Amino acid sequence: MFAVLLLVIGAALLNGPARIPLRELLLQENRQILNLRLLRVLAAISVGSGLTVCGMVLQAILRNSLAEPYLLGTSSGAGLAAVIAVSIGVSGLYLPFLAFFGAIISIIIVYCLAREQGRVRPESLILSGVVVSIAFHAIMVFVVSISKNEAIYGLAWWLWGSLQVLDPGLLFSVSFVVFSGVCLIYLFAQDLNAISLGEEEAVHLGVRIETVKKILIALVALITSCLVSICGIIGFVGLIVPHMMRLSLGSNHKVLIPIGCLAASIFMITCDIISRSVAGPLEVPIGIITALIGAPLFFILFKRQQKAR
Amino acid sequence: METLFEVENLRGGYHRRKDVIKGVSFKIYKQDILGIIGPNGSGKTTLLRLMTRLLNPQAGSLRLEGEDIRCMGLLEFCRKTACVGQDMSINFPFTVFEVVLIGRTPHLKRLQFETKKDLAIARDCLSMTDTSGLSGKYLDELSAGERQRVIIAKALAQEPVLLFLDEPTSHLDITHQIQILDLLKKLNRDNGLTIAMVLHDLNLASEYCNRLVLINEGSIFKEGAPEEVLTYQNIEAVYKTVVVVEKNPISNKPYVILVSGRKHGN
Repeated sequence: MFAVLLLVIGAALLNGPARIPLRELLLQENRQILNLRLLRVLAAISVGSGLTVCGMVLQAILRNSLAEPYLLGTSSGAGLAAVIAVSIGVSGLYLPFLAFFGAIISIIIVYCLAREQGRVRPESLILSGVVVSIAFHAIMVFVVSISKNEAIYGLAWWLWGSLQVLDPGLLFSVSFVVFSGVCLIYLFAQDLNAISLGEEEAVHLGVRIETVKKILIALVALITSCLVSICGIIGFVGLIVPHMMRLSLGSNHKVLIPIGCLAASIFMITCDIISRSVAGPLEVPIGIITALIGAPLFFILFKRQQKAR
Repeated sequence: METLFEVENLRGGYHRRKDVIKGVSFKIYKQDILGIIGPNGSGKTTLLRLMTRLLNPQAGSLRLEGEDIRCMGLLEFCRKTACVGQDMSINFPFTVFEVVLIGRTPHLKRLQFETKKDLAIARDCLSMTDTSGLSGKYLDELSAGERQRVIIAKALAQEPVLLFLDEPTSHLDITHQIQILDLLKKLNRDNGLTIAMVLHDLNLASEYCNRLVLINEGSIFKEGAPEEVLTYQNIEAVYKTVVVVEKNPISNKPYVILVSGRKHGN
């Protein structure tokens, strides 16, 4: 799988609006293009790994197959903050930071709504996540519809996701947060296995469930907020890649998390190549490509699994 | 007999109803099979949840091998005891072997993969519960009886000295009820496993348990051998139902016969 990853990274570096052969790409004058493409690859790996691992964690602790990273309200919170910021004329430079704060605020609201007597039940968390997401989304659409600021339509890229990150420093710090977050989550891989059997079962297996849940939810919140603030909403990856991994590898998180990161990186880089090349110099939003490729891929795996039983 | 687990003046319950268990004291002896019986809502399951650290007691103490379990780390407690809950719902495709292997969790260090020894223990647990043939199957393909045996195998993989069970026979037909309880009896006899279980069926409790604790409204009504606990007076007082208690002709254990249509006191 490492080989496949290297292969797609190579393909991603060679592909772009300006067709440049490999030998020329390495020349000094093309260094800028190479760097730009490397940044995209880094963004794709961060987004893929981060969202996939977050999806796996939420599916395990909420024990719900429909759980995905944005369930905690990050996407709508970040979206609302970005839309409000643009409509009152805040410069685009501050956008990632505002989006990040919007995401964090919405997660805090979701978490507080779900909390009862010091513990968080999975069902409450799902419900409050959905309620907050819908409410924030409605306010966002409302703001867009009454706004007279033309710039707001420029936000469309954000709603469908993009791997084009303009500020390398920002991308590096986000990638750093994502990878440290993923490593921390991996420390809890065996706990996630136990939690998959149910919360009470996990306690019987020695997992301090409420503490572990709090740590994991905080890590997921941090990772998704960071990602959503620079790349917008890239749907489907965090839902479909975990399921594809479960179908093909089983349910052991000690295996699922690292292989899931690899697979998700390959998937995202491939989607990025397609999104850049399918319509010539124009770029199709990556969120659309992930959905269009992910859905049939998942369907094939799912059917094959059913037949194998 | 040597005491393995001691419950002393235990009080506790849930957030909204804090006093489900109102001061309960009893002992679980080594290599014993203890049955906890009582009507619906009497607090049997709550008692078990307090004993397995799912709930925190309001007052009283619980001691395992003489040591207060609150001073013991949760992991250490789970290396010595295991619990088979009422139902385990799984949304993911786990195979039988994977589930049993998860029983090794309290023995694994962080980031440690299962060693050959863990795999060998898991296989032993499968063969002890007669489920080796199911090893590669998915849990949702099993019948209720097979599933319960796998869950017991998972608990055994924790290598407990004390096994708690909450109504292990509740969804099973008579064949599988006997099969599960025979299995527990065998584990008790051959491996010296101490067992404490909540049971609904008085006659099964009488057949399989050496000692019974009869709970009524959060307190112990009567404790002792089946012959002492399962008298018609005790049962009528607690269950408010008229019964006749006979002897099982084979085992000589008390046998409770229900009498239809008669409320106690009529």
